[in-house]
Amino acid sequence: MKFVLAGQPNSGKSTIFNSVAGYRSATANFPGSSVSFTITRALILGREVEVVDLPGIYSLTSSREAAGEAESYLLDEDYDLIIDVMDASRLGRSLELTLQLLELERPMIVALNMMDEAVRSGIEVDAEDLAQELGVPVVPTVGRRGSGLRDLFRGALRQAHCGEASRSLELDRKVEEAVGRVRELLAESEFENTVPPRFVAEKLIERDPHFERDVYSARPELEAQVLGVAEGLQEFHGWSSDQVVSGSRHAVAHRIEEKVVTMHPPQVGWREWADRLLLHPLTGGPLMVLILGALFWFVFRVGQRLEVPLLALTDRLALALATQFPPDTFVGAIAGGALTGIAGGVALVLPYLVPFLLGLAVLEDTGYLPRMAYILDNFMHRIGLHGKSVLPLILGYGCSVPAIMSARILESRRDRRITAVLASFIPCSARTIVIFGLVAAYMGPVWALFIYLFNLILVVILGNVLARTMKGASPGLILEIPELRLPHPKTMVAKTWMTLKEFIIIAWPLLVASSVVLGFLEWAHAANSVNGLLSPLTVTILGLPAAVGMTLIFGILRKELTLVMLVQALGTTQLNTVMTDGQLLTFTLFVVFYVPCVATIAVMGRELGWKDTAWVTTFSLLVAVVVGIAGRFAYALFA
Amino acid sequence: MGYDPILEGVSPMMALDTVDVKRRARVILIDGGHRVRAHLNTLGIHIGDWLTVVERAPFRGPVLVEVNGSRLALGRGIASKIKVEIEGSIESLSTPPREAEAEQR
Repeated sequence: MKFVLAGQPNSGKSTIFNSVAGYRSATANFPGSSVSFTITRALILGREVEVVDLPGIYSLTSSREAAGEAESYLLDEDYDLIIDVMDASRLGRSLELTLQLLELERPMIVALNMMDEAVRSGIEVDAEDLAQELGVPVVPTVGRRGSGLRDLFRGALRQAHCGEASRSLELDRKVEEAVGRVRELLAESEFENTVPPRFVAEKLIERDPHFERDVYSARPELEAQVLGVAEGLQEFHGWSSDQVVSGSRHAVAHRIEEKVVTMHPPQVGWREWADRLLLHPLTGGPLMVLILGALFWFVFRVGQRLEVPLLALTDRLALALATQFPPDTFVGAIAGGALTGIAGGVALVLPYLVPFLLGLAVLEDTGYLPRMAYILDNFMHRIGLHGKSVLPLILGYGCSVPAIMSARILESRRDRRITAVLASFIPCSARTIVIFGLVAAYMGPVWALFIYLFNLILVVILGNVLARTMKGASPGLILEIPELRLPHPKTMVAKTWMTLKEFIIIAWPLLVASSVVLGFLEWAHAANSVNGLLSPLTVTILGLPAAVGMTLIFGILRKELTLVMLVQALGTTQLNTVMTDGQLLTFTLFVVFYVPCVATIAVMGRELGWKDTAWVTTFSLLVAVVVGIAGRFAYALFA
Repeated sequence: MGYDPILEGVSPMMALDTVDVKRRARVILIDGGHRVRAHLNTLGIHIGDWLTVVERAPFRGPVLVEVNGSRLALGRGIASKIKVEIEGSIESLSTPPREAEAEQR
């Protein structure tokens, strides 16, 4: 049995999904945070059910350039039931999608979610009346607190069992006439599709390009006749046919809303006050700087508190191991490598990664990110983008992979391309670890801040250049600002754990294995040849020790590796004893910019195509070299 | 933008980006392509809808509006394409004319 969660962006699908799946689907308080669907198997009342979490969609029209994954899933795939997640606090708008989902004529149940927010905004929804109107069961839920979810899934099972399909609601009389006429035409020409004929007819009248292509390529003779019907509708109403249909759906949604909703005066709480400050023309900007500054400070302080004692501990261990098995023996080299890998993860990576991920989770869950998009819209216009691009760029500070994927929330292809490229240049958490572990730890936090600012300036310049050279229209900012929420400790921990688990399962073994390989290569004196090969770059151009050559190769796998490998390659955790401050700075600058990691390259290839990816990769290497040289000589001159 | 300044003075129609904070206004025209209109529709802005300007960012930044219970940030470019009429005069904001939205087509 298979259930599909469908609903508008930020209506809480992923939260409901996670309640049955454990924490599998990334949630955040901004519209469009799920970009691809996640499937889980769950045991519901003793039955095994597959649950699919689709990305949010505002409607079933393919008005977006990228015809949504969610849409084609709903239309073409095989499943037993739709769980339509409606946002009770935005009932009218949610209803418009619900009406379209009803037209799919599949078994359906409505989760009337965010009941708590609705109550706060003074909206009282009568779930029974709503069920009456829609002809499908409606269960009030608060996904974040888990209330109503048992009833929801119990109802879902029952509904899927009796298998009764939903029925479309009646629209405006003229629209119904037109739909009926096109259905007749479709039936006459014996056109068959996985989608109910009514739905096809409606889409053809709305002139949906996707359906027009499908139908007219199979039955070209229909085109003129259907267009005739659409034009008739257009003439009668004086609006384009798609507006007539959507307008009529809007009217039905509105009628239902009027019937089931009772309005009370809204509660003006701390959310309203916080928003007034956060979005105020005078206080909004300074508060944003303050919030981001606090995040930076938090990561640095917590990281340092943990790093120093952990490093001391691992150093003692390494010393004990070295006396037992000298590093020039085979066993010593391998064991030393393994220990460096393990210790590097514990002492260098985790101290900064954990507070960083927690901080990012707070920004995501409170809903501050869309507010940043609002405040920074102006600034983003200077780069040639608009506020919405802020979301992928901020996510880029976490990891480039989801950041590039989230560029999909942008409507135009041009904006998507530019944003994805820029996001890959933002220092991700792996690069942050290098920045904190080398520059902040040995040279002080001001220098780390300087690298971030310098990176930001370069990103702005690059954005400007790209925006000027790339053609295509940008529609500008249209973004929903969701209500502020207090971060939920459980979600925070779960979210941090999800990313951390990825580090522990994938990156850490890689770290240990690479460390062992490097230990072996050094024992066999093979590392020198690779280092020698790279020495024109590392030694001549950048003025670094030759031993860093190997670390840069490993760094393409995962950027954190450069830091841990550096420890292994130079044979000490006190890196400032073997590298000067200038070298640390040059090395870090180079690592921040050079070649995205393998995972990023893969996702960029998928999202942008391999030509763009190859270009970005080469370009980033070039930038890294230039920046590295600049860092080397600037530091020598001024510091 | 192509407006007769004299005519604009008399006409009650104005662009959304020129509406003052806390004013209620009613959408009468969306001057944009099919895609922009469709996107605004799905986010809850239709012709005939009432909206309130909650905040305006400085230096031609975006406009924050409240419409049908949700808040939307609209870039100035888009906001200038949404033509609205202002609600009567300085009326109390606590009387939401919900019936007005019911008008169809």
